[in-house]
Formats: sequence, structure tokens, C-alpha cells
Amino acid sequence: MAYKKRAENRGFEETRPIEAKVGVIARADGSAYFKIGNTAAYAAVYGPRNLYPRFLQNPQKGILRCNYNMMPFSGTGERVRPGNSRRGREISLVTEKALLPVLDLEEFPNSVVDVFIELPQTAAGSRCAGICAASMALADAGLAMKDLVCAVSVGKVDDKLVVDLDSSEESYEEGNVADIPVAMLPNSEQITLLQMDGKVTKDELKKVLELAKKACKKIYEIQKDALKNKYAVEKVL
Amino acid sequence: MYNNLYYHVVKLLNAGKRMDGRGLLDYRKPIDIEQDIIKTAEGSARVKIGKTEVIVGVKLEVGTPYPDTPDEGTIIVGAELLPLSNPEFELGPPGIQAVELARVVDRGIRESKAIDFKKLCIEEGNKVWLVVIDICTINDDGNLLDASSLAALAALKTVKFPKYDEKAEKVNYKEKTSKKLEVEKEPIAITVTKIGGKLIVDPTTEEEKVLDARLTVITEKDGTLCALQKGGDAPLTSDEVMQIVDIAAEKGKELRGAL
Repeated sequence: MAYKKRAENRGFEETRPIEAKVGVIARADGSAYFKIGNTAAYAAVYGPRNLYPRFLQNPQKGILRCNYNMMPFSGTGERVRPGNSRRGREISLVTEKALLPVLDLEEFPNSVVDVFIELPQTAAGSRCAGICAASMALADAGLAMKDLVCAVSVGKVDDKLVVDLDSSEESYEEGNVADIPVAMLPNSEQITLLQMDGKVTKDELKKVLELAKKACKKIYEIQKDALKNKYAVEKVL
Repeated sequence: MYNNLYYHVVKLLNAGKRMDGRGLLDYRKPIDIEQDIIKTAEGSARVKIGKTEVIVGVKLEVGTPYPDTPDEGTIIVGAELLPLSNPEFELGPPGIQAVELARVVDRGIRESKAIDFKKLCIEEGNKVWLVVIDICTINDDGNLLDASSLAALAALKTVKFPKYDEKAEKVNYKEKTSKKLEVEKEPIAITVTKIGGKLIVDPTTEEEKVLDARLTVITEKDGTLCALQKGGDAPLTSDEVMQIVDIAAEKGKELRGAL
């Protein structure tokens, strides 16, 4: 059996439709919305701000704190219980590691930059959507950044290498599935998040990382456009 | 704690003005309601009042009824004051502000009998539908109470039942039926806030910081009162209460018009 056709006639190397916007949360210092297919993420940045309790402070540099949270009604099946989950905590951790390399927090000793990621609706690829939104929100907050961070999940469904798995592919039952979320710095092409569930060969991994690179560069353009759009001035005749 | 802000706000109110230029009894405009925005929920809505924005999602679950009402389902309301929506909100279990918000929204729906709990019965004494209403704040610029209550009502109006698989005794969330949840009443919450002896509606976060007292009045379409909640440290006279009820009835019409 071979995996022949994706939903909505999507090409194997194509992402789902993407929508991106910044400045969506007025109270936040920076914010963004990133939607890919039926997965949507809000991110809000607060800070650099004072960090309490004080023992958490680092006198050498500021720290980054990320929190990933699914809204109770955002899961495909049953209601998601609000609050801390092991999954949420792990994703928060890897998100932090994915974003940290682009920031220079030495300017902000004893401070914290808080990034809150909220998912109103999910259908696969939520950590990647969260990272894309978070990196745009950091830029919107005006923090000095070496690069944006772009993320997409790639992988293998049965015999095909694919980009941006949707939920039917994640739970594909007629063959093996490998799901590999990747975050990349589009300019230096460095990888800041890499996880995998499933099995692939060394060769396949190499190929699929190439696909991730291409997809991330496309996402990068969309992110940049969204950031520029915030400052777009309507032409006056 | 906010003495200067208090004096500033009161001074303006005495001159019939608000910090954002509104009149005392003006809601921010437009009041924006979007329905059916979350595909993973059985019902949903987003409400924006000024810069305040909340999302409400409704999930349906099957559970056992309470022993004293074996043929009735019920509603469960939860509120998350997300730290993304206000720099002062923190991570962690719901604080008292979130608990109050959820309980006031719950009371409006429950007491107005907007939902006939008997119609949520699947098998008497054994299986009933639970309507779980979750409020999530996206941006808090004040008046979360009125916004959340309006969003909850707007979300309930979009609810479609998922399929219940009798054999597996499980809800099949992938299949929505065409059966809609009947919303029989329209409870609308209006919170009137008292600052320095003046009554205002739709406060911003700054105004909320310096409020003396507030009273939330939930009314049905015909003006019947179905829930009340007083907040704030200062007392209200009974004259003020009656005045607030009148304001709530008047403003309730306006919000009903937006729905």
C-alpha cells in the first residue's frame, strides 16, 4: 500500500494555507497570530520585565520563559483539562530552546521575557505554529533578534516524505508514520528544534530536513510580510 | 493604591467625561460578535468590546446526572484569565477573579433557564449531556464580565450535538449531528460601576482599578432580572441599586441588538 493523495489535493511538499498577523493583543508588548490549516496559535510577549521571586533572577542576563497552553476546547476529541500537563510543559521547554538562540538577553540582567502561547484550535503541528507565532511576537515587541524562527513539522507517511502533517496523517493507520517537528533560523539555516516520533532511515532524515528548510523559508516570507503589514500606510491620493 | 488615578477619573466623571472621551453610560463601539470560529468546539464565539476580546468554546460531554435530578443534564462554566491577555494575570489555577467570572456567567444561563436541562437527558438516572462552557480571555481592557457573558450566549447559540455512540458508550466528536442546542432565553449581563458617586458602564481596566462598587445585573428579553452580583468594597444605597437596574435594562437592549 502506498500513500497516494493528501487531503485537499495538497502536494507532498506543500504546507497547509497559512495566515499570519502581528499586534493582535493590545495589552501585550508584542503579539502575533499564526494559523496553518486548522491549527491556530496566539502568542503574547511581556517584557523584559522585573523577575520575581528574586532567586530566579540572573544578574548576568535576562531569562526567557515560554508557556504553551491548549485552550480547553481546542482538541479534536474530548475537552482538554485546563492547566499544566506534562505534554504542555515539555513543549514549553523545547519552544524556549527553539527561540533562545536568536535573542540577546545580556542587555536585560535580572529580567524576564515572558512568552505565552495559546492555542484556540488545533489539528496537528501546534508546537510549530506556536513557535512561528512566538518569534513574530518577539519581533513585534521590538527585541533585538539575530533572525526570526520558523517551524514546520515534516515526516514520512507510509512511503512518502511529507511537509506539514495534518491530523489524518498523524494518525494514519495503514502504514508507518514519522512526525518530525523542526524549527529553523531561515538565514543561517541552523536548527533550533528537532524532535521525532516514528521511524526513518538516515537518508530519509537528510532528505526531509531539506524539505523542512524549503518550507521554513516560505514561512519566513509570510512572517516578514505580516510584520511589515503592521506598519503599512494606506496610500492617500 | 491608585490615589492619583482615582482623583483623575473622579474629576473627569464629575465633568461628565471619561478618559477615552466616552459618556458615562456609553459602551465602547462597535460591539463585535463572531460566531462559530473554533472548529474543534461544538459551539464557539468571539466577542470584542473596544479592545477587550474573549473567546468562548463549548464542548459537550456525556456524564451521569446528579442523584437529585436524574433526568437533567447540566452546564459547567470555566474561565481562564490567560496571562497572555493582561500583564497582571499569572499562570496557575484560576484565581478568585476567574472563579467569580465563571460563576456569574453560569448563574445567568442557569437561572434564566436559557437551556432546558431536561432536554439534555439521554437515559434517565444514567446518562445526560454536560454542556461545558469555557471562557478564555485574549485581551483584557476591562469589562470581562459583560463580554464573557455575551460570548457565552453567542457560543451556545451555535452548538450542534456530536454523535453519541450508544454501543461504545462514547461521544463521536468527528460526527456532528444536525441537532442544535435550543437556547430559550437571552440572559444579558450588564455591569454598572460606581466611582466617586457616579455610575458608569463598560469600564476599562484603569477604571476597574479604582472602582468603589459594581453591580452586575443579568436580564432577560422581557426585562425580568435573573441574576445579580455586587462587587467592590463600597456599599450601594437601594436608590442606586434601582437606578442600576434601570440602566441595565436599557443597555441590555443595546447588547441584545448586537447579537
